Amino acid sequence: MGMNLTLKVWRQKGPEDKGRMVTYRVEDVSPDMSFLEMLDVLNERLILEGDDPIAFDHDCREGICGMCGMVINGVAHGEQVATTTCQLHMRHFEDNAVITVEPWRAEPFPVVKDLVVDRSAFDRIIQAGGFVSVPAGSAPDAHSVPVKKDDADDAFDAATCIGCGACVAACPNGSASLFTAAKITHLALLPQGQPERDSRAVAMVEQMDAEGFGGCTNTGECTAVCPKGIPLDTIAQMNRDYLRAAK
Amino acid sequence: MSTGYAGYTEGEPIRDTKAPDGPIEERWEKRKFSAKLVNPANKRKLNVIVVGTGLAGGSAAATLGELGYNVKSFCYQDTPRRAHSIAAQGGINAAKNYRGDGDSVYRLFYDTVKGGDFRARESNVYRLAQVSVNIIDQAVAQGVPFAREYGGLLDTRSFGGAQVSRTFYARGQTGQQLLLGAYQALERQIAAGTVKMHTRHEMLDLIVSDGRARGVIVRDMVTGEIERHLADAVVLASGGYGNVFFLSTNAKGCNTTAIWRAHRRGAMFANPCYTQIHPTCIPVSGDHQSKLTLMSESLRNDGRVWVPLKAGDDRPVSQIPEDERDYYLERIYPAFGNLVPRDIASRAAKNVCDEGRGVGPGGLGVYLDFADAIRRLGRDAVEKKYGNLFEMYERITGEDPYTQPMRIYPAVHYTMGGLWVDYDLQSTIPGLFVIGEANFSDHGANRLGASALMQGLSDGYFVLPTTIGDYLANGPYGEVDEEAVTEAEAEVRQKIEKLLTNNGTRTADSYHRELGKIMWEYCGMERTEESLRKALERIPELREEFWQNVKVSGEADELNQALERAGRVGDFFDLAELMCIDALHRTESCGGHFRAESQDADGEALRDDENFSYVAAWEYGEQGPILHKEDLDYEYVKMSQRSYK
Repeated sequence: MGMNLTLKVWRQKGPEDKGRMVTYRVEDVSPDMSFLEMLDVLNERLILEGDDPIAFDHDCREGICGMCGMVINGVAHGEQVATTTCQLHMRHFEDNAVITVEPWRAEPFPVVKDLVVDRSAFDRIIQAGGFVSVPAGSAPDAHSVPVKKDDADDAFDAATCIGCGACVAACPNGSASLFTAAKITHLALLPQGQPERDSRAVAMVEQMDAEGFGGCTNTGECTAVCPKGIPLDTIAQMNRDYLRAAK
Repeated sequence: MSTGYAGYTEGEPIRDTKAPDGPIEERWEKRKFSAKLVNPANKRKLNVIVVGTGLAGGSAAATLGELGYNVKSFCYQDTPRRAHSIAAQGGINAAKNYRGDGDSVYRLFYDTVKGGDFRARESNVYRLAQVSVNIIDQAVAQGVPFAREYGGLLDTRSFGGAQVSRTFYARGQTGQQLLLGAYQALERQIAAGTVKMHTRHEMLDLIVSDGRARGVIVRDMVTGEIERHLADAVVLASGGYGNVFFLSTNAKGCNTTAIWRAHRRGAMFANPCYTQIHPTCIPVSGDHQSKLTLMSESLRNDGRVWVPLKAGDDRPVSQIPEDERDYYLERIYPAFGNLVPRDIASRAAKNVCDEGRGVGPGGLGVYLDFADAIRRLGRDAVEKKYGNLFEMYERITGEDPYTQPMRIYPAVHYTMGGLWVDYDLQSTIPGLFVIGEANFSDHGANRLGASALMQGLSDGYFVLPTTIGDYLANGPYGEVDEEAVTEAEAEVRQKIEKLLTNNGTRTADSYHRELGKIMWEYCGMERTEESLRKALERIPELREEFWQNVKVSGEADELNQALERAGRVGDFFDLAELMCIDALHRTESCGGHFRAESQDADGEALRDDENFSYVAAWEYGEQGPILHKEDLDYEYVKMSQRSYK
């Protein structure tokens, strides 16, 4: 007793192609399937029909690698709260539903093909300063610097960002503030992050701007769709650190 | 050479693993001192390729960049941060003895050799235990947010196979945090210009010139362009091959192509049959299933495992009275009960399901029941302990584990086998180094929990950067034979062409699924001579059909995920065959390799140390594989039989 669905999927051959929505009928979908498994079934059919399967990014399929991501019915990763696309299951959809599926849309995330986008801008933001400069072998004993448990826990919460880019896709400004702030906050809360704290905040914010991401206007869409629930106040932390350092 | 009974021949044994001699605690120091150094000005002239960006590859590329080498790093994902190390949950072992509970380098060494069921190399394992303490220091200095206690010091927990508390962790996301540490170090080197990163690139062949590994052929997965990249040394850190079973806890993209192609070019493949099957995974829900999700083993501390007493009993749980339930682990293993080690719990689950007593779709599942724990401790206490796991379970299955038992089933999780390497982590092809899960290394026939992260980072941050220097000190290695490169390129193109023009009637995934079923059925948790022979009949037939009949749509010069998959499946077929040959030749049971013919009176795994205390290193041969044995000597840890009754 499967479900029957109508999918409207964004198809785009490559960056130069204009792209369009294409309608597919998918029948006998098990409610136990994940959203990506449902697309797998459709793709198997497309391959056998000699068509190009729908390209989409995915890898771990357990919600941690951050590779998957699509806008489902207008919401990044779909309507299920704190859930990546790969962990979204079909039981949350109605039989005979019409589902739209689109890629992340933001200028700094150009479409590569269909639902696949180029998120390398995120890597370049990390390159600008999202690290502690400590070559292998040079570290002191791990217990030489105690860290307050609360700080370690808060740093961890910020560090759980999976870099999927849903925050950017959801933001009306296409801002990467939540992503950038999560890393700045993670390292700012730890003693190991202090020596480079100022330069890191400035360099990462400037890179974020250089990539063409928009500014933050505290809309909060980012944290609403974030599969890891990165809190909005990390952005306040980023702004504080940036202003302090830029003085 | 003698002819084996599974279509293989036996070649010369491997006599030298290049481990220094002398007292075991001095060997790594000795090697570090004897390894030649490369002066900083020369490092810039030396090129190193690293394939894979998980814990091993990411940390290695970053460290080689820091040292001043010219590094090229490759991954198939869109960014190096997504490698599957990211999904490791539990933790990372290190012999810090911060608890003062009697831990030491020697004890970690001892536990690992024993846990590996005496099929690992003592010298390597000892070094791993030594280096483990540096890993924690390095990770903390990078800002990895490990769990801490109120005094500000690092928290640890205990894990299977150890009586001390030596596992460092970052909630249930230790792999993620360690990988991000390595990723950030790597990005720092990319910014510094020492590492050139190639994302969305897949290695399709190894270039061997004058007997040395000199580069790779890769496909740009966006443009489809076939590229050649040359270097003075190549490092493979491309992970394990659990996806040969189709369903596993690996990421969808994990594959064997990089190491298999290297094997075809002359690198020996060691112990391919050693696979680890994890007992607590969420069962398959239907034919659409694309991967399996692990549920932390810690659940077995409070959950009771059972199946209905009668076969074919499909009543709902609430209607099965207590005396018609079989708590089989408690019944068979009264001393350890639900806490028997991974391999034993997995096999017991398979046995009850084979008897027709499994639960859920297809009868492939057993209950893990928390009703008693909730009665005893209260729902709140259970929620505090396992809340996030219960939530994950409900998300995937749609069932509430507070009101009905979880269903679990074993799944392929890790592969101990891999390319053979010596003490320097160098394969049998000079200049080809293999690190992390991709090598066969340190876990013997069974890996202990929280040891994979340790090995990946040990190899990448500390061991390889030293040992590869000794090889590179004799470089640069000059011109690469153009013929070797064009030949490798041509082979890659031919294969792609073949796949795209085949125009058959089945998809690559459908063949992969069928291959996986064969492997799971005949070369899975329990292997017999009969089952393995069946597999060795079926695999070549199916492979033949695959190459005749697979259908791949799309073009070569575009992003083509159907093509990517088909290429990987092609290599899985060949690997599967070697796994079965290895499993058939090893008539003993050891660690994750259980041969039904080799068990004691209680049905437990029975090793045959007299005949099988060796590493089986397989050389590729056109006429079938050639077995080279590396004898294992135990000077320090006394061999013994495991028992959990």
